[in-house]
Amino acid sequence: MSDAVVERDRALFVPLTQTGRGFYVTVAILGAMILWGAIAYWVQFGEGLGVTGLHQPVSWGFYVTNFVFFIGISHAGTLISAILRLSKAEWRRPITRMAEVITVMVIFIGAGQILIDLGRPDRLLNVIRFGRYQSPLLWDATSISAYLTASTFYLYLPLIPDIAILRDHLGKRRWLYAVLALGWTGTEHQHKVLNRAIAIMAVMVIPIAVSVHTVVSFVFSMTIQPAWHSSIFGPYFVVGAIFSGIAALIVAMAVIRRIYHLDGYLKPVHFRYLGYLLLVMTLLWFYMTFAEYLTGYYGNEPEEMKVFWSKFTGPFWPLFWAMVTFNFVIPLGLLVRLGHHAISKTVVASMFVVVGMWLERFNIIVPTLSNPRLPFPEGHYWPTWIEWGETAGSFGLFILFCVLFVKLFPIISIWEIQEGREVGLKEVEERLRTYLPDEGSHPAAHGREKVLA
Amino acid sequence: MALWGMVIDLDRCTGCQACVMACKAENNVPAVGPKESARGRTISWMHVLHEESEERTRFIPRPCLQCDDPPCIKVCPVYATYRNPEGIVAQIYARCIGCRFCMAACPYNAKYFNWRRYGTESPGRNPDVSVRPKGVVEKCTFCHHRLQKARERALAERRELRAGDYVTACAETCPTRAITFGDLSDEGSEVARLARSPRAFRLGEELGTRPKVFYLSETEGHRRV
Repeated sequence: MSDAVVERDRALFVPLTQTGRGFYVTVAILGAMILWGAIAYWVQFGEGLGVTGLHQPVSWGFYVTNFVFFIGISHAGTLISAILRLSKAEWRRPITRMAEVITVMVIFIGAGQILIDLGRPDRLLNVIRFGRYQSPLLWDATSISAYLTASTFYLYLPLIPDIAILRDHLGKRRWLYAVLALGWTGTEHQHKVLNRAIAIMAVMVIPIAVSVHTVVSFVFSMTIQPAWHSSIFGPYFVVGAIFSGIAALIVAMAVIRRIYHLDGYLKPVHFRYLGYLLLVMTLLWFYMTFAEYLTGYYGNEPEEMKVFWSKFTGPFWPLFWAMVTFNFVIPLGLLVRLGHHAISKTVVASMFVVVGMWLERFNIIVPTLSNPRLPFPEGHYWPTWIEWGETAGSFGLFILFCVLFVKLFPIISIWEIQEGREVGLKEVEERLRTYLPDEGSHPAAHGREKVLA
Repeated sequence: MALWGMVIDLDRCTGCQACVMACKAENNVPAVGPKESARGRTISWMHVLHEESEERTRFIPRPCLQCDDPPCIKVCPVYATYRNPEGIVAQIYARCIGCRFCMAACPYNAKYFNWRRYGTESPGRNPDVSVRPKGVVEKCTFCHHRLQKARERALAERRELRAGDYVTACAETCPTRAITFGDLSDEGSEVARLARSPRAFRLGEELGTRPKVFYLSETEGHRRV
């Protein structure tokens, strides 16, 4: 590989070679958030979950909301990147890496929420020792660990050629890159094997990703609680997960584009195309939400209606209508026309969607628990500083993981960009040719002409 | 095999809460204190619900309903809660990981969580019942330790377990004798006879959980007809 090639994508090496003050400020802020979370957990570990706002009957709150939310964000990635790869969408090239990184980092955080939520974290391994496969929690554990494994491989495989580039050209951390590059030299055979492996992982990761959020929804829908026991929950959660995942990806893209001046790589067209995907998911999310609530309303079961009205007009109305506004009204308004200002429009819509999807998870979990079937007084849940701290710490840790990744590995796939220039252009032209009617002599047509003559 | 069950006559219940206090004393249910109680952390295996509607006001004492098809045991990830062969839904405190899935799944809110380490100084503990640590779920066990004791006594006296040998603390205490406890599988027992009464109904019967706690109420009967 010549230095000229590296020179051409110089901008992609900047995050690895230069560290400015902004980086340290960011890490300091994230560190403070993580410290808050760590102190909160320390207090909770010592005194028990009593330090949170949880009680009878609202025994699940922020932690379970965060769990569902973070696992949802993880669908950013691997799923979107796999679909784009398999559909040979050429515009994927600068996006896939970022999507995959978000996925891997956020699954750790999502799975960690369960540990935080346990009354007895010291007994976590009981899930393995005495595991009961009839419990949806075991399905979660299985699906999420499979997804974590698959996503990690799916992040690592396309990273290998880039690590080799860093090993040969960066001059820093050579031992690390040398080990991780697994002796990559870029031969034709190696490329063939790698592309095959990536293709296999891309196919495998899609059903796993779908299974993950399906079984996360099963934690709720397998019970007989009002507004949880719904057959639509599996697909509803998967749609919400992809929705929030795309939104998180767009926000991350905009941040990285801004900080590292990658305007040349992350162009308005990328935001526009992802914006269209986000628009489709907005409509799909609204369709699912509409179907879910209309079914409950029309059936008019008293228990179901208690939860329904608590969301529509009762104590949860601000959160419920904020969710509808953030997830549907605002994104719809912003995304229908992306001809101009595609970046700012998609980014603003995405930020609302991220918040809106967190509210959606909360609106599913807490109102149902707040309205018991028997004549108990209604539960009022309000989180304490412990839950806020854990939540801040979780976000901080997730962002810190991503920031450190950007410092250690290229956040935009260098070799895939190069491949796009060298191979992609020709491939697309050839592929396009196969879509069009064949030029020149066509044997069948030829034969008919003879007959007609 | 016995099938332990309970009948609570709502027409007799005065809402005096004697059953609640007897249960707390019998089962070492901790007093959580006024602060925790105000935050909704009261633990009350036997809880007297107060139902008020236009047509009536009534009290419903609610122990664990000991469902024959309990939604709580289905979701437990570690076999910490299960239905024993005699129909009592048990909780293994030493195994529970505190995920509270069973609490979310129970349609009767009969499961309670130890949000903190409660009852550190409670005097006069019942030595037959283990004290729960913080972070685990606990619930009404139909005073299962009393069954074990009654069995041992019967064994020592070389006889079969008789009706009335094993009674829960709440049933024993109720001043209006609204609570009847016994073996539902014994057709002739008082509890089985009352469970067949036209006044009998069960909470959330339509959920298919098949509770073994029956309620008797004249008004409920009228409403259902």
